[in-house]
Amino acid sequence: MKITVDRSKCTGLGICESLSPDVFEVDDAGELVLKTDTVPAGILSDVQEAVAGCPTEALRLEP
Amino acid sequence: MSVRRLVVVGASLAGLRAVEAARRDGFDGRITLVGAEPHLPYDRPPLSKRFLDASGTDPVPPTFRTEEALRTDLGAELLLGDPATFLDTAARTIVVGGRTIGYDALVVATGATARRLPGAAGLTGVHTLRTLDDALAVRRALDSGARTVVIGAGFIGAETAAAARKRGLDVVVVETQPTPLVRAVGEAMGGALASLHLRHGTDLRCGLSVTSLEGEERVERVRLSDGSVLDADLVVVGTGAVPATDWLEDSGLTLSNGVVCDETLCTGAEGVYAAGDVARWHNPAFDRLMRLEHWISAAEQGAVAARNALNPAAAKTYATVPYFWSDQYDSRIQFVGVPQSDEIDVVDGDIEGDQHGVALYRGGDRLVGALAVNRPTEIMKYRGLIARGASWAEGLAFARSRSRSRHTTDA
Ligand SMILES: Cc1cc2nc3c(=O)[nH]c(=O)nc-3n(C[C@H](O)[C@H](O)[C@H](O)COP(=O)(O)OP(=O)(O)OC[C@H]3O[C@@H](n4cnc5c(N)ncnc54)[C@H](O)[C@@H]3O)c2cc1C
Ligand code: SF4
Repeated sequence: MKITVDRSKCTGLGICESLSPDVFEVDDAGELVLKTDTVPAGILSDVQEAVAGCPTEALRLEP
Repeated sequence: MSVRRLVVVGASLAGLRAVEAARRDGFDGRITLVGAEPHLPYDRPPLSKRFLDASGTDPVPPTFRTEEALRTDLGAELLLGDPATFLDTAARTIVVGGRTIGYDALVVATGATARRLPGAAGLTGVHTLRTLDDALAVRRALDSGARTVVIGAGFIGAETAAAARKRGLDVVVVETQPTPLVRAVGEAMGGALASLHLRHGTDLRCGLSVTSLEGEERVERVRLSDGSVLDADLVVVGTGAVPATDWLEDSGLTLSNGVVCDETLCTGAEGVYAAGDVARWHNPAFDRLMRLEHWISAAEQGAVAARNALNPAAAKTYATVPYFWSDQYDSRIQFVGVPQSDEIDVVDGDIEGDQHGVALYRGGDRLVGALAVNRPTEIMKYRGLIARGASWAEGLAFARSRSRSRHTTDA
């Protein structure tokens, strides 16, 4: 599964980071950084929660 | 008994998330979404932020979904424009505009209503800022260059003041507490954040109350407890919100600063769950009753309440470390946890001096809260620590390692 972020929607609030810190991190400038763009083994459910929890619907999971 | 009909009262964030979660989980019964406002569900945080910016054209309302998407994709019946006025938990019915509607599962998501200023009735130019209609009225007044007085230096008041200053308008903020943001971040850090207002030319007056609003039909002057008088064309009242529970007075639900719920958001009445700003639930993460007025918990509770209402036998608890953000002037303020504390330590930066930094909050020997001002990369790491029940010592040690790595990167 591949993770994509729509930069035009993301507001850098970091909900995704709190749900799945191994994949998402907001940087010093408030921009979201994907530490990896494929879902690491074993944490799919965390990433799914992060995708569902993003308040601006900026995240997508694609096969 | 199998659940065939879900009714959600309150068509805003928590209510919408309830409907979405029910469908995502495969619920194929009937869903009715009841909302007092005539508008489709919309997002509130932008209302005191970019919605107030000068743009020349009318701003687009921050609606979450089109009517078509709500009706067709989510298969929800929409009853918008009339409030629910009654709940009968024995008959499992609610009343909306004279109609009686039955439910098998009910989610109460009626949110909160802005507190009004006593004695302001009848004067135009005095507004709260909670709804889309409120925001349109405030925006129009700002467009016409209003001299603005904001009553209450909480987040909404502070954001409104920032919006007025961005347009170059004169603005005075009046606050009865000794500092801004006392309820949200505590007095000490509220004091540090007062610097934001001062730096941007907002006239902040703390420790004073409003004794009267004066004017013929429109508001013209605001009189303060120290005898001073402020000229005003626009008064924005940001003195907090009260949970919208009036319609539940005779329902038998336990009401005490919100609808009181257990850790699964159950109200105690069969099939009735509550979510969002109206819910005061037992938060296992802090082992106490809490009512939050934060976007993220309202969204999450909406989803949990619907799932639990549809399947009470498998009800899940909702535990959370509270999180909110606020954008004021050019700063982003973020807070996780609770502000009630025994000690606060600024572990990084200088919040008062240059509006950048992190402060940690100690409760007993635990880390219970963290404030980040223009440090967006730090905040969620502390949310993780608080969620794990980290000790104060762990919090401080983590902060030291963060500022070491910050200095290495800066060098
Ligand atoms: C201007 C503003 C800025 C904000 N900024 C931030 C921010 O930056 N960060 C943050 O974390 N949070 C922020 N918030 C808070 C956040 O928006 C709320 O926590 C969230 O809206 C709560 O959602 P809710 O669905 O529980 O309630 P609400 O959004 O209050 O919605 C409740 C709905 O129920 C309706 N209703 C009430 N009574 C009835 C009835 N009897 N029958 C039918 N319908 C009824 C109301 O009309 C309303 O539409 C802000 C709030 C405001 C007002
Ligand atoms: S939760 Fe959404 S908006 Fe927030 S940082 Fe993550 S992707 Fe961006």
